[in-house]
Amino acid sequence: MWKWLHPYANPETSYHLVGKLIPWFAVVSGALLTIGLFWGLLFAPPDYQQGDSFRIFYLHVPAASLSMGIYLGMAIAAFCGLVWQLRLAGAAVAAMAPVGAVFTAIALISGAAWGKPMWGTWWIWDARLTSELILLFLYLGVMALNSAFDDKIAAGKSAGILALVGVINLPIIKYSVEWWNTLHQGATVSKLGKPSMTLDMFYPFVFCFLGFAFLSAVIICIRFQSQILQHNVTRPWVKKLVTVEENKHAV
Amino acid sequence: MQFDSFSAFLDMGGYGFFVWLSYGSAFLLFAILLWSSLSGHKHTKQQIIKKLNRDEKLRQRAQQSSAGVEP
Amino acid sequence: MNSKPAMSYFTVLTFIIKRELTLAYRHKDDVLNPILFFIIVVTLFPLGIGPATNTLATIAPGVIWVAALLATLLSLDRIFKSDFNDGSLEQMLLSPHPTYIIVLGKVAAHWLITGLPLIFIAPVLAVSLHLDDNAYNAMMLTLLLGTPVLSFIGAIGAALTVRLKNGGVILSLLVLPLFIPVLIFATSTINTAAMNLPYQGQLAIIAALLVGAVTLAPFAISSALKVSTN
Repeated sequence: MWKWLHPYANPETSYHLVGKLIPWFAVVSGALLTIGLFWGLLFAPPDYQQGDSFRIFYLHVPAASLSMGIYLGMAIAAFCGLVWQLRLAGAAVAAMAPVGAVFTAIALISGAAWGKPMWGTWWIWDARLTSELILLFLYLGVMALNSAFDDKIAAGKSAGILALVGVINLPIIKYSVEWWNTLHQGATVSKLGKPSMTLDMFYPFVFCFLGFAFLSAVIICIRFQSQILQHNVTRPWVKKLVTVEENKHAV
Repeated sequence: MQFDSFSAFLDMGGYGFFVWLSYGSAFLLFAILLWSSLSGHKHTKQQIIKKLNRDEKLRQRAQQSSAGVEP
Repeated sequence: MNSKPAMSYFTVLTFIIKRELTLAYRHKDDVLNPILFFIIVVTLFPLGIGPATNTLATIAPGVIWVAALLATLLSLDRIFKSDFNDGSLEQMLLSPHPTYIIVLGKVAAHWLITGLPLIFIAPVLAVSLHLDDNAYNAMMLTLLLGTPVLSFIGAIGAALTVRLKNGGVILSLLVLPLFIPVLIFATSTINTAAMNLPYQGQLAIIAALLVGAVTLAPFAISSALKVSTN
């Protein structure tokens, strides 16, 4: 049943497949982001409570949900790598970690910039913010471990184990932080209720979310390609590929 | 269109600083990430070419020296 | 094929713990330094914050636990490093005994060497920080249940970084975020106890973390060691 998938475990096949996907993903992401951001920033109606500051929503929420989605993807790749001994999985983990870290950082920064006008402070030790910050630390740990090894295969495997340990810990951390927060929070910050979102506010969000998702896919694919090359330096196909591209540049 | 003029768009109903701060920093971070990914890919290829050239040179030298010893 | 193993699992476990304790006895500095570090870090807080009794009493649980985290972190490097360097770690992994038992023995020994002394010193330091009288039992219980969790989680990081020359900094980056739940539940147990409220709930969660760590962490540690040694 899964036989059709086997050729893609070959680094050369996946390298070329990913290479073909990158331009398509880039075009789709560019189009969706252009539509979504113009719509969200210019045409969507302002929120009745938050005014125009709510337009940060179109950046903040996609970034926050993708930061968690990429971690999940990384953990799934790590799991496949450990169970089926796929070497490509190490490359995938290494490719996803920096992208996820950037999305987490953007979620934190935009959250702070949204919190200042709404809550009157850049940072509160709110459960969501704190667990997002810890997620950033987990990403940075995976990146640091991955770059600490000279041997690329060992690096991929170690980073994979850490990503899996992190994904088991993530619910515990989230639960503990939420619980800690309800105990410690003196002045309750009103979460401004859940504003019922109208459709003309919601459609641009869908565009933005998909646009950012494809953007992350583009960057992950590029990084995945260079990881594959670094994993397979001695293979004949890499030599051939690199020399062919070098000659193209020379001409 | 929700805004009457370009300056109103930039002002964002008084929240301009915060909105453009978040979008600006996000744009900057994405640009850095994309640039580092692309240049990293290029760098990887160059490293491999360098390694190939070095190996080739070593092989040639080894052949030359063995050829020099033989006669 | 001899179906009966030469040594029972329990014998292997005690053998490993005994070996580690003997080694620790011969390198007393390695054992004493984290404990000294623990004492000094706790002493620094009153000097930095001021001697006001009330302030010290409120921060006491957090200070003691953060210092315990850091002291554990400091001692993690030696769990596998010396065994890795002289090759005995590889021998242990090649032995017919399950790596689970070996790893369990090593982590248990690490806790006996560094975790247990912290528990004995903590009350003395708590007195100097004017910890509330009601909170002593809770503090001892959290340390008793919580420090083994730190040893288990820390050993994962130590196993991942054992091959690296200067893995210490990376080790702290990997391990400290994973310590956060223990810190949160432990300090809140002590704070609840100081307010004379029932704290069994939080204690039960720490116990659950311990059970989870004992069952799951050795698998992560052994697969990390396999990656590091081949």
